[in-house]
Amino acid sequence: MAKRIDVTDLDIYYGSFKAVEGATLSIEPRSVTAFIGPSGCGKSTMLRALNRMHEVIPGAYVEGKVLLDGEDLYGANVDPVNVRRTIGMVFQRPNPFPTMSIRDNVVAGLRLDGTRRKKAELDEIAERSLRGANLWDEVKDRLHRPGSGLSGGQQQRLCIARAIAVEPQVLLMDEPCSALDPISTLAIEDLIEQLKERFTIVIVTHNMQQAARVSDTTGFFNLSGIGKPGKLVEMAETDVIFSNPTQQATEDYISGRFG
Amino acid sequence: MSGITSFEGDQSTALLRMALSGRRLPRWGVPAAAVVALAAAIGLNAVTGIDGVAGTLVVAILLFVAGQTGWSFSVEGRRHALDRLATTAIYATFALALAPLIGLLATVVVKGSQVLSSSFLTTSMRSVSPRSEGGGLYHALLGTLEQVGIAALIGVPLGILTAIYLVEYAPSGSSRHLARVVSFFVDVMTGVPSVVVGLFVYTAFVLTLGMQRSGFAASIALTILMLPVVVRSTEEMLRIVPRSLREASYALGIPKWRTILKIVMPTAIAGIITGAMLAIARVAGETAPLLLTTFLSQSINPDPFTGPQSALPTFIWDQFSSGTDASVNRAWGGALVLIILVMVLYAVAKIIARFAGVKKL
Amino acid sequence: MSTTLEPTGTPVPSSAARGITGASVRPGDRVFLGLSRGAGLLILLTMASIAIFLVVKAIPALQANTANFLTSTAWFPDQSPAVFGIAALVFGTVMTSIVAMVLAVPVGIGIALFIAHYAPRRLATALGFVTDLLAAVPSIIFGMWGLQFLTPHMEGLGEWLNTYLGFIPIFTNTLGLYSKSILIAGVVLAIMILPTISAITREVFVQVPRDHIEAALALGATRWEMVRLSIFPFAKPGMISAAMLGLGRALGETIAVALILSASYDINRHITEPGGNTFAANIALRWNEAGPIGLSALVASGLVLFVITLVVNMGARAVIARRAEFSGAN
Repeated sequence: MAKRIDVTDLDIYYGSFKAVEGATLSIEPRSVTAFIGPSGCGKSTMLRALNRMHEVIPGAYVEGKVLLDGEDLYGANVDPVNVRRTIGMVFQRPNPFPTMSIRDNVVAGLRLDGTRRKKAELDEIAERSLRGANLWDEVKDRLHRPGSGLSGGQQQRLCIARAIAVEPQVLLMDEPCSALDPISTLAIEDLIEQLKERFTIVIVTHNMQQAARVSDTTGFFNLSGIGKPGKLVEMAETDVIFSNPTQQATEDYISGRFG
Repeated sequence: MSGITSFEGDQSTALLRMALSGRRLPRWGVPAAAVVALAAAIGLNAVTGIDGVAGTLVVAILLFVAGQTGWSFSVEGRRHALDRLATTAIYATFALALAPLIGLLATVVVKGSQVLSSSFLTTSMRSVSPRSEGGGLYHALLGTLEQVGIAALIGVPLGILTAIYLVEYAPSGSSRHLARVVSFFVDVMTGVPSVVVGLFVYTAFVLTLGMQRSGFAASIALTILMLPVVVRSTEEMLRIVPRSLREASYALGIPKWRTILKIVMPTAIAGIITGAMLAIARVAGETAPLLLTTFLSQSINPDPFTGPQSALPTFIWDQFSSGTDASVNRAWGGALVLIILVMVLYAVAKIIARFAGVKKL
Repeated sequence: MSTTLEPTGTPVPSSAARGITGASVRPGDRVFLGLSRGAGLLILLTMASIAIFLVVKAIPALQANTANFLTSTAWFPDQSPAVFGIAALVFGTVMTSIVAMVLAVPVGIGIALFIAHYAPRRLATALGFVTDLLAAVPSIIFGMWGLQFLTPHMEGLGEWLNTYLGFIPIFTNTLGLYSKSILIAGVVLAIMILPTISAITREVFVQVPRDHIEAALALGATRWEMVRLSIFPFAKPGMISAAMLGLGRALGETIAVALILSASYDINRHITEPGGNTFAANIALRWNEAGPIGLSALVASGLVLFVITLVVNMGARAVIARRAEFSGAN
């Protein structure tokens, strides 16, 4: 299922503002890749460019290539809607649809692709996805209650269930734990560990310990100066980044000297 | 590095390409469809006999929608076809709403400017027969300014006080229930038709209290119509004033009423003025309540308390209903003056709001 | 924070000089509270007196009436014996409002969507301003424009409806006359209530959290699917109450309708034919020629209009209030 991503020389713009410059990196299938760096360094923008979510903001565009198993996501014939089906996303704040029940939230994506499914099939997918998100046991008795009644951590796992229900190739997570308490954070981290057997996972995090705990590879982003675009400073195996980085800026950041 | 992908096999790559690349219409597709639709509509005109610009445009739009949706369906599939259909519909609704506004403003300006002159603004209709040219709306302009002015003098302070009660006093006081009732009826009052307010002023003040049908009776009706709008907009502005400002003032030992007057009101004043002006603009064009509470007059009457007094809306109504070419033209002239008055109030209110709104912290 | 505040006019006596005891409500506060509460009470008093005076002044006509007030279509209150009823007014009011709603609700929602989520940001602000301007145009001007300029264009539509959809009873036109009709009045009403509907729905559309919009897009929704998935469910109560507030305005609109309709007291289902009447228009048109019972009869019809708009508006508020509770719980 899982696919690899190769980014070559990518510049990301919001109108005339260049947010990220010259990013080149590879993301291995069935692994967890973390993007770390100080606020405003472009790591979230980079993540959003991987499934063309940054285009939601008018005037955003990229130069360069993003290849999913060799297919250019920005190619002429590529439909951003389909890109987002193939590359799912989980956001900083849990955002279940407030008017839908837990079950309907999980299958919301499936309702979109135009194929009619039987109710039983949807129920089965809902259960499988909720189990996959380690949420099934907590919500199986209240599947038809609104998703907004869950705790923050449960809501976030509901959003993960919703994202994996459409069977994406890659799962992007934009600071998925920053709005959660420590216990819920641990639950999500455990889940990430399990999900990487099936999906390629890219996670943006503010929390260096989290990056060290969950990721196989870590990329460090930094601003090249005030008002200048963000850059990928260094990317390597997580152990290497945290123990023996090649760049001074990375070491300064890891050891807490700035950011 | 990219060689690693090969173990996935060519078949899965093809599948992936299919998954990603849903075929799209070319970039020139939409303009092309529009041009073709327009050309076809013009061509069809000759056959069906639908004539006129409006008819042609309607046919062209229908053809465009059908053509684009069909094309999109065959190339991009159902979901994208639906999306394009919705997008076209949404753009069309907007054009549909813009057309009457432009048409109406153009009509008023073109027709009105034909009679607008300095004498139109400075003379009354006294001794001018409906059939003859000339005359003016000075008496009506004067009446409107007086009636709306009096209504504003009563309605704006009352509205602001009510809003202060609702925002500043009621929540902390013992009268929370009363405040809730007042708030509810302010909402209800917004929806009372202006003609009903006219009926009320007539039955209560004229029939029961023996007041004359006069400019002042009209002012009372306009006050009632203005009041809930002022309350709501003031309330909104007071609520934006940050709590920390009030607390800072209390912490200095400044009593509540002084805090409201010296700290809260000045912070919100621009927004409150904006709301009041919008309310005034809203009622300045009201016709129905004036018809019920004043008598029409063709002469200048500067006294709003006694005798018939004209106003711009009733002047327009009177001239338009007279139905002669000259009087209908005067009605359009009156419409232009009224619309300018309302739009100036409106524009000034919006400008105040933009440049001096409550500073958000 | 406190250091940035300017000291107010009179110096505040130190707490030592004044002491910390004293009346819990100081005189200034008492006066100010009294004034503001009085203003609030005056609003209640006004609403109560509107109801009371309309009822009291409607009674003489209702007592003198020899016809059924609810089912009669005649309007001869000043005859003796008086004969009048509101059936024709109810029909005309409801039909013009239905036409207005059928046209204005979808278009209003479309405009709101366009401004909130389709138009480029800078254009959207200007467009919002333009639709607000539409709301500021006095209704008498809408009436004049509808009569003199819209009617000639609408006659073609009326003929077309008769020719191609004439088998549907409401579009049949047996007179061959297409002006001054309920259809035209309804179209003008639709234009007039558009700003109300679009302004309120736009406000709710803008409030839809960005999170919900992105959640839908990230699942691979097209823009329209995003609208249906994230925006409509969130905004539904707001959309309903916007429509109801627009309806309230359409029901009570007076002058534009009075100018456009050719007043008649009958129930004519052919909405493209001249004729029809509404509560509000009837009051404005009959007012100056009415005798004592005639005035009272008009007040009685105004009372019915008052009650109808009251119910519609309260319904709209109730829908909004329910939503406020709903979103407050989150």
